[in-house]
Amino acid sequence: MTRLLDVENLTLDFDTDEGRITAVDGVSFSLEAGEIMGLVGESGSGKSVTAKALMKLNASNAIYGQNTKISLNLADGPVDIMSLSTAKELKIVRGGAISMIFQEPMASFAPAITIGAQMVEQLLIHTSMSALKAQEVSIEMLDRVGISDASTRFKQYAFELSGGMRQRAMIAMALSTNPKLLIADEPTTALDVTIQAQVIDLMKDLVKDFGMGIVFITHDLGVIAQTADSVAVMYLGRVVEKGPVRQVIGNPSHPYTQGLIKALPRLDDLDSPLTPIPGDIPSPLERPNGCVFNTRCSQFLGSQCSAEIPEFTPISHDHMVACHIYQQDQKGT
Amino acid sequence: MKRDTLISATNVSVHYPISGGKLLGPKPVVRAVENVTLNITKGSFFGLVGESGSGKTTLGRAMLKAAPITSGVVNFNDGKVNYSLSNMSSKELKDYRTRAQLIFQDPYAALSPRMTVRDIIAEPLEIMQLTSSREETDKRVREIAAKCRLNLEHLRRFPHAFSGGQRQRISIARALVSEPKFVVADESVAALDVSIQADVLNLLKEIQQEMGLTFLFISHDLSVVAHICDHVAVMYFGRLVETAPTRELFNNPRHPYTKALLSAIPSLDPDAKNLAQKLEGEIPSPTNPPPGCKFQTRCPHAVDICRRDEPQLESVGNEHNVACHRWQELI
Amino acid sequence: MSNITDTSPAADQKLKEAYFTASQGQLIWQRFKRNKSALAGAWVLIILILSGIFSPFLTPYDASIAGRDKDYLNGAPQVPSFCDDSGCSLRPFIYTYERTRSFKTNFRWVSEEKTGLEDRRYVTFFSKGMEYTFLGIKFDRHLYGVDKGQIHIFGTDSTGKDIFSRTLTAVNTSMAVGTIGVLIAFFLALLIGGVSGYYGGKIDSVLQMVTDTVRTIPNIPLFMALAAFVPDTWSSEERFFFISLVLGLIGWTTLARRIRTHLLSERNQEYVLAAQLCGASPSHVIRRHLLPSFTSYIIVDLVISFPYMILSETALSFIGLGLKDPVNSLGVMLQNVTSADVLLNYQWYFIPVIFFIVLVLAFVFVGDGLRDAADPYADTNK
Repeated sequence: MTRLLDVENLTLDFDTDEGRITAVDGVSFSLEAGEIMGLVGESGSGKSVTAKALMKLNASNAIYGQNTKISLNLADGPVDIMSLSTAKELKIVRGGAISMIFQEPMASFAPAITIGAQMVEQLLIHTSMSALKAQEVSIEMLDRVGISDASTRFKQYAFELSGGMRQRAMIAMALSTNPKLLIADEPTTALDVTIQAQVIDLMKDLVKDFGMGIVFITHDLGVIAQTADSVAVMYLGRVVEKGPVRQVIGNPSHPYTQGLIKALPRLDDLDSPLTPIPGDIPSPLERPNGCVFNTRCSQFLGSQCSAEIPEFTPISHDHMVACHIYQQDQKGT
Repeated sequence: MKRDTLISATNVSVHYPISGGKLLGPKPVVRAVENVTLNITKGSFFGLVGESGSGKTTLGRAMLKAAPITSGVVNFNDGKVNYSLSNMSSKELKDYRTRAQLIFQDPYAALSPRMTVRDIIAEPLEIMQLTSSREETDKRVREIAAKCRLNLEHLRRFPHAFSGGQRQRISIARALVSEPKFVVADESVAALDVSIQADVLNLLKEIQQEMGLTFLFISHDLSVVAHICDHVAVMYFGRLVETAPTRELFNNPRHPYTKALLSAIPSLDPDAKNLAQKLEGEIPSPTNPPPGCKFQTRCPHAVDICRRDEPQLESVGNEHNVACHRWQELI
Repeated sequence: MSNITDTSPAADQKLKEAYFTASQGQLIWQRFKRNKSALAGAWVLIILILSGIFSPFLTPYDASIAGRDKDYLNGAPQVPSFCDDSGCSLRPFIYTYERTRSFKTNFRWVSEEKTGLEDRRYVTFFSKGMEYTFLGIKFDRHLYGVDKGQIHIFGTDSTGKDIFSRTLTAVNTSMAVGTIGVLIAFFLALLIGGVSGYYGGKIDSVLQMVTDTVRTIPNIPLFMALAAFVPDTWSSEERFFFISLVLGLIGWTTLARRIRTHLLSERNQEYVLAAQLCGASPSHVIRRHLLPSFTSYIIVDLVISFPYMILSETALSFIGLGLKDPVNSLGVMLQNVTSADVLLNYQWYFIPVIFFIVLVLAFVFVGDGLRDAADPYADTNK
């Protein structure tokens, strides 16, 4: 599998009325083609901002860090996303090589234009197809994502479809340009759980057929466990743990990941109490010094945690955790 | 009403008329809730589960007299008063409001941003004139705030100072300040982060025991309901399809929808391949549903009788009821 | 809040606590303060309004015929200077003018400036002048005057009335007309828009039809009809109130629509439902929830309505349908500017226009700033 996406040291600050807010701080990860990577975090974790940064979609008051490097490896060479600035350059990336699907499908379809028209428009912008061919391809895609009676649906408006179907239509639209990377920002959060299961299955299927990489953003660890191959857990703008999904969920090493899993109500263990993570997520204006989780950590070690930012230590081959507990073990103290 | 039932619904339907339809024909309605019968025992934590369009929110509101009851009877009896919600005088309604309250879903929309926390929590006391002086109001506000783990200094602040979890606690304090007997929690943890969700759920459980409350906990999240409720009712398309004590429902689901719902929940174990069926299809149109069982469009076990007759609730034993023609054959 | 440089934790905590306990009004003020142009506009507005209110003191002469300078008709502005050929002086002075007519000037009356030392007339401050009544008390001191004759820093018009005095009283009059008009419009809008928005349904439909009807009444023909209707026997004050009343009666429609829209969305808020579930009466809901929710918007709308009222009155008075002498407003002052004589020779007649442009712009900046600051809850994070 070829390395599709390399994100190094992504740092993103926002200049707001209240001051300079650090939304993402030194996030690094990589994605292979055909891999589904989950980006898990709660509110304020910076996961959505990270995803939008891949297409440079953040607001104009976003300030990227000096060392931020995002490179997308396409067939005809790597593309340095940070260096793209004009709309023309970004067009290659947005909608072409990288597609995005959102949480609220009603919000991404224009309400007064038919779905078909929007899909065709997307194709006409990014490819050199004729309008007729674009229509053919679109109807095919609608069928592929499991929408019955695709040619009728093609002429319908977004409000005529149910939530699950709209989400499928959005997936169809995103995939019609054959992107190499699909960013899915909480795609199933607004769906009923039975529909969610269908959409997850669909996405796994499509990866098998199309071979694209997916960055799957969600707060739901269960969905990640069922869908993703690898996962990165984010808290207040930093990645605290990352690795293959079996290892991170089966052997959670960072206190935050452990806390998250303990706080989840599990159907297979109805007797265990629900244990919340103590405290509240600090506001982004008051990011703690040192390890961002130290204010709520049950295994707080002392001044080291509140002063130094922990580096990544490998637990196993691919499984990395950013925590001083493991750094100490490593150093043998 | 048997035993210690606090509130019961018998054949309750809530229909909303919609515009359209023929001039002289019957007016089209949306049957948000259709023919639901359930009993909630005093002191229980009753879960009402369903997906979108199931009617669970509407049923909850109807039990608070915040949605019109088209037909059927809702009866409330807490030992001191006995009300039938469909015919209450306005005096009785005022009294009922002090005994039954609602906790909203969205912590950001449920609190008026222009009122201090103290005023927000005190508002029910002032509207319902439950206290006679400002000191008494303040005292009660402080008491309930302490129970909900809010500090004194929080009372002077405005909602914009608080996070989602804290706001939800303020919402809870507001609902409980009038010391109701019956509280409907409508998706009260759905908008919260997982780490906060557990905190708020524990708080609800604590308060329930402390104050002897009865909760109707409406949620789409079966895992949450499994942990916190002692009795669960599953709704689909406005109808009650199954109801049982929690353990019984999760260990022995009988309705195909319940089974599908349980198996659709993504498990934390990546290797758990769900053996039960994944549901295909969508829910039927709310204005023009097919005759018979409303689940037939997605049920893998639908047969002729399912398409003709609506199934009624039948007892499986053990306070476990299910509305399915074929529950005995399908294990 | 704003950029805070390193402070001690205690001071930090105090600031945070201040933010947490800040009411809506305080939050709006914080945001408004940060907007430089709005703040500048607010200062200008305050200065102009105060000038208008205190105009009898600030201006040397009465703005009506009673204060005119018979010797200086259509006179150019007299700007005091400190130094001239004869030397400098600490006190500012102006020159004496003499009207002459001779063969040299084609027998037209011409004012000549005499610049000799003895022709200086010194500006005096807090000088005694014409008597005026302010708040029921008679005063006769004015901010400035001159030791002999009269001083006209903006010049005079064809009858000799001091344009500076007239400008300040015009500001006052226009503001008064605007205020009355806005208040009338506001009460009507609150009533009609409020009932419409709160009850919705059929009441709303009927009231909206009424609103639309009033909106479509063409203003100019209406005013022409009304101008014809107003009897000449009415005093200028009666006329003044009448014009304000009419402006208000026509101007309420936009505000009413805004109030209605706002109410329609606010009454579906969950916290309103929470109050209703406790059995809150409509008046409680309106008082405690709905009114505070759109107070900030209404204030913005009121501020933005002012310039429209002022400009409407100006336009009407200019074409003769509004106020008339001796009541003084910008429109009245502009009534005589359309002759070629004025445009070519007496350009100082237009100085008041600058004042009004500044006044309207100040309102607009303040209104915009208020509108931007008005909803501190708009970007509540989720």
